[in-house]
Amino acid sequence: MGKISLKQVTKAFGDAEVIPPLDLDINEGEFVVFVGPSGCGKSTLLRLIAGLEDVSSGTIEIDGQNATEVPPAKRGLAMVFQSYALYPHMSVRKNIAFPLKMAKMDPAEQERRVTAAAKVLNLTDYLDRRPGQLSGGQRQRVAIGRAIVREPAAFLFDEPLSNLDAALRVNMRLEISELHQSLATTMIYVTHDQVEAMTMADKIVVLRAGRIEQVGTPLELYRTPANQFVAGFIGSPKMNFITGEEAARFGAHTIGIRPEHCVLSTTDGTWKGKVGVAEHLGSDTFLYVTVPGMDPLTVRVQGEAGVHHGDTVFISPVAENLHRFEANGLAIRQATA
Amino acid sequence: MATAHSRAAARLMISPAVLLLLGWMIVPLSMTVYFSFLSYNLLMPGMEEFIGFTNYEFFLTDPAFFAALANTLLLVGGVLVITIVGGTLLALLLDQPFWGQGIVRILVIAPFFVMPTVSALVWKNMFMNPVNGLFAYFAKALGLQPFDFLAHAPLASIIVIVAWQWLPFATLILLTALQSLDQEQLEASEMDGANFLNRFVYIVLPHMSRAITVVILIQTIFLLSVFAEILVTTNGGPGTSSTNITYLVYAQSLLQFDVGGGSAGGIVAVILANIVAVFLMRMIGKNLEA
Ligand SMILES: Nc1ncnc2c1ncn2[C@@H]1O[C@H](COP(=O)(O)OP(=O)(O)O)[C@@H](O)[C@H]1O
Ligand SMILES: [Mg+2]
Repeated sequence: MGKISLKQVTKAFGDAEVIPPLDLDINEGEFVVFVGPSGCGKSTLLRLIAGLEDVSSGTIEIDGQNATEVPPAKRGLAMVFQSYALYPHMSVRKNIAFPLKMAKMDPAEQERRVTAAAKVLNLTDYLDRRPGQLSGGQRQRVAIGRAIVREPAAFLFDEPLSNLDAALRVNMRLEISELHQSLATTMIYVTHDQVEAMTMADKIVVLRAGRIEQVGTPLELYRTPANQFVAGFIGSPKMNFITGEEAARFGAHTIGIRPEHCVLSTTDGTWKGKVGVAEHLGSDTFLYVTVPGMDPLTVRVQGEAGVHHGDTVFISPVAENLHRFEANGLAIRQATA
Repeated sequence: MATAHSRAAARLMISPAVLLLLGWMIVPLSMTVYFSFLSYNLLMPGMEEFIGFTNYEFFLTDPAFFAALANTLLLVGGVLVITIVGGTLLALLLDQPFWGQGIVRILVIAPFFVMPTVSALVWKNMFMNPVNGLFAYFAKALGLQPFDFLAHAPLASIIVIVAWQWLPFATLILLTALQSLDQEQLEASEMDGANFLNRFVYIVLPHMSRAITVVILIQTIFLLSVFAEILVTTNGGPGTSSTNITYLVYAQSLLQFDVGGGSAGGIVAVILANIVAVFLMRMIGKNLEA
């Protein structure tokens, strides 16, 4: 249960084509993250899978059955919305039990499932409260509870953590990953935050303007980005891109080097520059170095860097971690000459 | 910043308005109370004398009073039911996207701008008239005997007329409530397997309950004092079959020139309105909290 395939799926709102023809396979039990900048069509794609939007063309298969025309309730998928979409006038218990009530399940069984879900999600003490009396994280858990009691074939999450503060987000991220481990159900998770994508996903789908740029495991995307967009999107701080003469020396239109793959030296190296801002995080130091004739480079140094604003430094890329791109942005794969 | 000082200043500054409003209410009310204890008929000026509760006794033991009380409740209840059910259905309809939505919405609101006397006369003469009315025309076209609505079903006819006037108000308030419903809640319930009826009962209706409460409260206040529609259509008749309390007070004090009796009736009406208000607040006031 929980295998989803999209075949040549497109979606247009009036004249605006939001999703050009798209193929995607999601395997049973996988944690798939759709990631991309805001407005790239992630939510639309998720809503197409959920059935809340109709496809303009193409087919959606769930567990080998053509589900393109199947109404949302019959697809066996559960969705957690960005705004949580809890029912404000119902208690937490009734919220969680609502899908079961709609399925006309036996009340004793309903109660059993709600109690079980509440236990997993630490909601037992809040079952008789209204959503308005809960904190953001608790509301989030109620929304998840409402999804899990149905025992769906797959979970769909649309930016579920974007309304939470940073500390809570890290917690909920862990809880959702934990939940995926214990349920082993397919999950499709939409986010614009590449950190969430990297930390949670089995498989990341990078989207830009409705198009799939690359599909792969987090480390595949990190190590071998298919193009400049993916290279720039995945990883934090962002990859440095260098064009022009310097790139030509490496036989590419553009070269990319991640901040953590730059070696800093005060005596010699490939590029000579001046330290601008230095951000001290304790474990790491991010240096923003201006090199004449290039965009500022971000360099990540472990621990204390021992250099200060205005110092002259040398930076060398680690050759095996250098990414080369053609003029159209595609990565050049063969080894450097 | 509600410090003690600013609160005292606030009280001081609103006190003129409060005093004015209080005086505005107290003076006529106490005059009415005063008149209600007098034997005071305009046909016999200068003969006023204090007669205690006799006016009240007279008013409350008059069989017309109980008829009027029942009619008032039927009128208020009937109009409320029609406007809220009809208003909800219309609001659901108008919330759907369709061509010419803006124009249709304005048209729906139009009856509210027609004066009660005018609309009642239009209904009386152009629709319900057994000879020239539109309904009579349809009845005759179908080969049926025309029905004289105002003679044979006077109260029901007045309920229809008043409901027609208040339907736009209810529709408008309920439509705004409907439009403020979070679409994601509807989508969530759709994914949870709720069909249209379930979505209406479990999601839409609870969301609209506060707006429905507001409609009930406001309409009740106005419906307790319906008068013009009765005056221009049935004059409270035949007999007292379409007389409500307001009309009864008018008939007592102005048609019979009995100021004392009319005042007593007025006070009774005020007390009744307050009883209804207390009941309403008890029943639905909790909807307005939170
Ligand atoms: N109902 C709609 N009607 C018209 N355009 C829409 C609608 N929903 C989304 N869009 C457009 O589709 C694009 C993708 O939207 P969305 O899927 O919400 O992006 P994301 O979730 O990645 O931020 C946006 O340009 C948005 O304006
Ligand atoms: Mg979105």
